[in-house]
Amino acid sequence: MSDPGAYRRSYWQTQPEYLYPAYKSTVKRAPTKPLVMPPQTISEITGPLFGHGDVKADEADLTARHAGDPLGERMIVTGRVLDENGRPVRDALIEIWQANAAGRYRHAVDQHDAPLDPNFTGCGRVVTDSEGRYEFKTIKPGAYPWRNHYNSWRPAHIHLSIFGHGFAQRLVTQFYFPGDPLLDYDPMYMSVPDARARKRLIADFDWEHTVPEHALGYRFDIVLRGRDATPMERG
Amino acid sequence: MSLFLTPSQTTGPFVAISFERTVVDDLAPPSVTGARVVIRGRVLDGDGKPVDDAVVETWQANSHGKYAHPEDTREKLLEAEFKGFGRVLSDRQGAFQLRTIKPGRVPGPGDALQAPHLVVLIFMRGLLKHLMTRIYFPDEASNAEDPVLALVPPERRSTLIARKVEEGVLEWNVILQGDDETVFFDY
Repeated sequence: MSDPGAYRRSYWQTQPEYLYPAYKSTVKRAPTKPLVMPPQTISEITGPLFGHGDVKADEADLTARHAGDPLGERMIVTGRVLDENGRPVRDALIEIWQANAAGRYRHAVDQHDAPLDPNFTGCGRVVTDSEGRYEFKTIKPGAYPWRNHYNSWRPAHIHLSIFGHGFAQRLVTQFYFPGDPLLDYDPMYMSVPDARARKRLIADFDWEHTVPEHALGYRFDIVLRGRDATPMERG
Repeated sequence: MSLFLTPSQTTGPFVAISFERTVVDDLAPPSVTGARVVIRGRVLDGDGKPVDDAVVETWQANSHGKYAHPEDTREKLLEAEFKGFGRVLSDRQGAFQLRTIKPGRVPGPGDALQAPHLVVLIFMRGLLKHLMTRIYFPDEASNAEDPVLALVPPERRSTLIARKVEEGVLEWNVILQGDDETVFFDY
């Protein structure tokens, strides 16, 4: 029996396996021996906590903090961080990183022959409010080629790293855009076995958060592991 | 209500553009109590090649065995200057280094005490979801009664126990595949 407050294991096929040969880098990096399955303890149920004091307000605007405006389609991304029970996760830290509108990262390893944008670094951070809501502003990243297989292209995506309330809830993911024809060819997206879970990775176009004559709205909700009852809720 | 969990996706090779700004490689300012320790190691792939794009995140209790978290409700001393969270990036040799203190013991299942340990999460290109493991300490008698180590096949336990290099310096490597493959957890 698990300790009280343990996070539920993820349902079958909602998460990728470590070894997914279509994504070549998994072949030499996925564990080959069986994983050990211990019960969660206080060490996994707790984890680093963050708050609004840890992040500056302008870190949620990836289009700011440069001399000029970045090139690309401006977007407002909003959403909620929830657990599997549908409860909001407040004070979740979300770290954001992405390519620029031309599909180039500001990183020495990225040698894609597309221009860097002097007005775009491509990273930001935001903390959720008491309802689990977050919002950040950026530009739509471009698709880019990678060397996984012949003529391989990553669909446009934004990387997110999320800290919930325990290390067991930690999640790093990527979200994609509706209608992208590259998704069906992308081994990272396709690595999620259950098609319904995979759809969780696609943001929705959000007319209501679209700012007239300024920026398109997209909505992306994030679901972290849930549990049956937390010690605080029992009290 | 039961919502579909958001699937994990890899950090990819460019994670440093974000995480290099938030590295925490020294967890224990001078005011924090506890035995100082440097933990250093390398991350190696299935060919024994260094992994130069890994992120190693650690979480631990303070020297009194108290987590800086409201769900640790035990009456133990909290030290405001010790948060317990570390984050380091591997370099071109696959190497990383962390300065911290040896944590105290915390309860495990059924309130049996666990041996001092750090919880470790590892992210990198080629990992569609992160790896979870632990670092234990050498010359620590309580390792023999640790309820989590007890679940690990005896011949593999050494992969979780750091090696003493010199006084205050420990080595702990992440071997992704092969005979000496590090034990990874699924919890």
